[in-house]
Amino acid sequence: MSLWEYANPVKFMRLSGAVLPWVSVLAGVSITAALFWGFFLTPDDFKQGSTVKIIFIHVPAAMLAINAWFMMLVASLIWVIRRHHVSALAARAAAPIGFVMTLVALITGAVWGQPMWGTWWAWDPRLTSFLILALFYLGYMALWEAVENPDTAADLTSVLCLVGTVFAILSRYAVNFWNQGLHQGASIGRVDAVTGADTAEKVSNVYFYPLALSILGFFLLFVMLVLLRTRTEIRVRRTSALLARERIG
Amino acid sequence: MALLIRDLRIATRAGGGAGLGLAFFLMVVILVPLGVGPETQLLARIAPGVLWVGALLACLLTLDRIFALDFEDGTLDALLCAPLPLSGVVLVKSIAHWLVTGLPLTLVSPLLGVLLNLPAEGYFWLMASLLPGTLSLSVIGAFGAALTVGVRRGGLLLSLLVLPLYVPSLVFGAECASALMNVKDPTTPFILLTVITLASLAFLPVAGAAALRANLR
Repeated sequence: MSLWEYANPVKFMRLSGAVLPWVSVLAGVSITAALFWGFFLTPDDFKQGSTVKIIFIHVPAAMLAINAWFMMLVASLIWVIRRHHVSALAARAAAPIGFVMTLVALITGAVWGQPMWGTWWAWDPRLTSFLILALFYLGYMALWEAVENPDTAADLTSVLCLVGTVFAILSRYAVNFWNQGLHQGASIGRVDAVTGADTAEKVSNVYFYPLALSILGFFLLFVMLVLLRTRTEIRVRRTSALLARERIG
Repeated sequence: MALLIRDLRIATRAGGGAGLGLAFFLMVVILVPLGVGPETQLLARIAPGVLWVGALLACLLTLDRIFALDFEDGTLDALLCAPLPLSGVVLVKSIAHWLVTGLPLTLVSPLLGVLLNLPAEGYFWLMASLLPGTLSLSVIGAFGAALTVGVRRGGLLLSLLVLPLYVPSLVFGAECASALMNVKDPTTPFILLTVITLASLAFLPVAGAAALRANLR
């Protein structure tokens, strides 16, 4: 019994089919609960007013935008090293989700930035690097679409993903060098900020609990969408194999 | 070495497109003052950035020639069987691309700097940043060209793939070229740019060779 058993498409389909309804329900429940809690049961911030509540969408989307790329990186590595087709298809399935999450983070950020910073857009390192990340997703998806042979496409996109990761990280620090930031630093990951020793940047527990629930919900949503899209890709692959066989026969 | 000479000879013959990038660079630099207005103060301020973006676009324009013709007439298949490793082929071809686009661009950049009213002290760092910078553009571009060589009409796809990869080089290069005007030290971005160039030279030909192999299968 090992994880690699699920590289077998039949086993993957069986397991993912069994898990999918549970993940979907959990994702739906936790996102609904978190957003309801966040939007209606938390007080307005004394400085930001009700715009603070965008955090419940913005932060989880931004986290996913980055983690989706890392998932694609791992899946690409597995494809390059062990050549499991499910892995390549999962990487392909994750890309549009990551792209949408990047857009969601950018748009919610703009909506929040307009009243708070007084501008929809600033050439701040974080904003700029997210825009570049969106370009990376676009290029990755375009390459998948452009190459006809699925194995060649998987090879090429994996190489692009590996090289792209290095350059995406490089760009992140390059733009840091290029312009000083307007965007605040991450505060929920810091122990100080959450437990309250650092009161200046503390995320109040009132906001933190629904935010954590929302992050959990978004991650479940991501797992659900990746499973769903990977299953679709596998079925597409099977159908085209059947059609090809019929044509020969 | 023979491959390098062959590529250079093809590029410099009629229809090889060696002058194409240079002419494009010239056009961009002439169009910018027409677009933003002739105030010398403003032009001097944006000159390093304009020259860098122009060099980047000129480089991008000629990228698909690195592998496309050799892919079509089967030369790449022959090179795959040659005793030279494929990553060496990619390296040689990207250096050939740099010799016919990046190096001439660097050499004429002071001339275009005059057109844009670049202050005198800026010339040294402009050339110093373009020299390794355009080499990194060629090497990264050759990787992108290797990825898209099998795609028909892959030119647009190539630019979509390569442009995000150009961000670090552009940021450090333009920063280095304009550092003196902003009263900053140009050596830090210069060193970082050189690091990117050397690392690209070391690793990207291997990735490009992997992409070529997948495309030639």
